[in-house]
Amino acid sequence: MIGLFWAIVGRDLRLALRHGADTMGAILFFIVTATLFPLALGPSPELLRHMAPGIIWVCALLAALLPLDRLFGAELEDGSLDQLLLLGVPAALVALAKITAHWLTTGIPLLLAAVPLATMLGLPASALPVLLAGLFLGSVVLSLIGGMGASIVLGARRGGVLLPLLTLPLATPALIFGAAAIDAASTGLPWQPDLELLAAFVAGALPLCPLAAGAGLRAAAE
Amino acid sequence: MLLTGPNGAGKSTLLRVLAGLRKPDSGQLLWHGESVFADRALHASQVAYLGHQDALKPGLTVTENLALFARAGQGDMQAALEAMDLLPLANLPARLLSAGQKRRTALARVLLANAPLWLLDEPSLGLDANAITLLGHALAAHRQQGGLVIATTHVPLPLTNVQPLALPGAGDSAADTFYQQEEDA
Repeated sequence: MIGLFWAIVGRDLRLALRHGADTMGAILFFIVTATLFPLALGPSPELLRHMAPGIIWVCALLAALLPLDRLFGAELEDGSLDQLLLLGVPAALVALAKITAHWLTTGIPLLLAAVPLATMLGLPASALPVLLAGLFLGSVVLSLIGGMGASIVLGARRGGVLLPLLTLPLATPALIFGAAAIDAASTGLPWQPDLELLAAFVAGALPLCPLAAGAGLRAAAE
Repeated sequence: MLLTGPNGAGKSTLLRVLAGLRKPDSGQLLWHGESVFADRALHASQVAYLGHQDALKPGLTVTENLALFARAGQGDMQAALEAMDLLPLANLPARLLSAGQKRRTALARVLLANAPLWLLDEPSLGLDANAITLLGHALAAHRQQGGLVIATTHVPLPLTNVQPLALPGAGDSAADTFYQQEEDA
């Protein structure tokens, strides 16, 4: 069963490689939106440094949403969803495998892209490890909640519009703690409590979101 | 068993129910005396389902498309490709295949599932005469080993000694009741 889990992940990674433009789209969106802020807010280093955590987190949140409607949508359209559900593994495991693939193809590249962006916005180097640790946990949360949202709106008309409305409010705790941790680190305050709360959020979402997503997939296949 | 009936009679829906993908509106579905919906994953490993759609990813090659399912059913990829005459196409991306070749790939996936129950929704759709013969061989071999086949069709399939089941059309009273239930649900 674990072998099949990784086989689904591997298949999705291969698909992501073959459709490189779709995969890179989210990352480029992240970089472009984040670079718009200095242009809109003016070049004051003090202001940008102050706003950097929020800018990076909000842009990462929105960028992670982009590939979500295709995550299960493409499978439903070409009939692959039926075949995935008939693999003989629980639907929740199929959902978790797809969510893992989403994290590997969107979350990890977002992490990497966040480093040059943070430097560009003038975030002190001492805050970078906290930024990465926070985004690491945060991107896991985004993939889990996003995957759950994507499976729930699957098959609905205008699902692409519903998805952010459903997902973004649920992801706000991650945004609050993630951005607060960076803020604390750059001003020298203790940042551990924020990251611990974020980790607790991951621990809660990890078992629950795949279950909900699996139920969503079953409902969509009916 | 061969399911026939006019368009909209519910043939495909019945197959999806049998596969455990859809819950029946009423009644129970039993497999070896156990309810299918008690453990759908277990039932899924007993079933090979071929839907209307071929469920192939255009960016992946024939072998890559099938690899996941070969792993799930512990099927022999080489034998399945050979049975459907796909060996020369094995490394072609699925987007380059014709409709009949895609159907053959989807049929190869059914072979790879190594499941006792085959549920085939119009398996001969888009196949040429040669491929229909291959399909006939595959069906015969599966039945020889004690496997079950339930197929829907509008055209004669290369099968002998089959049990036909004709579903009533949408104009018949039974189907009217069915649609009534659908609307109620």
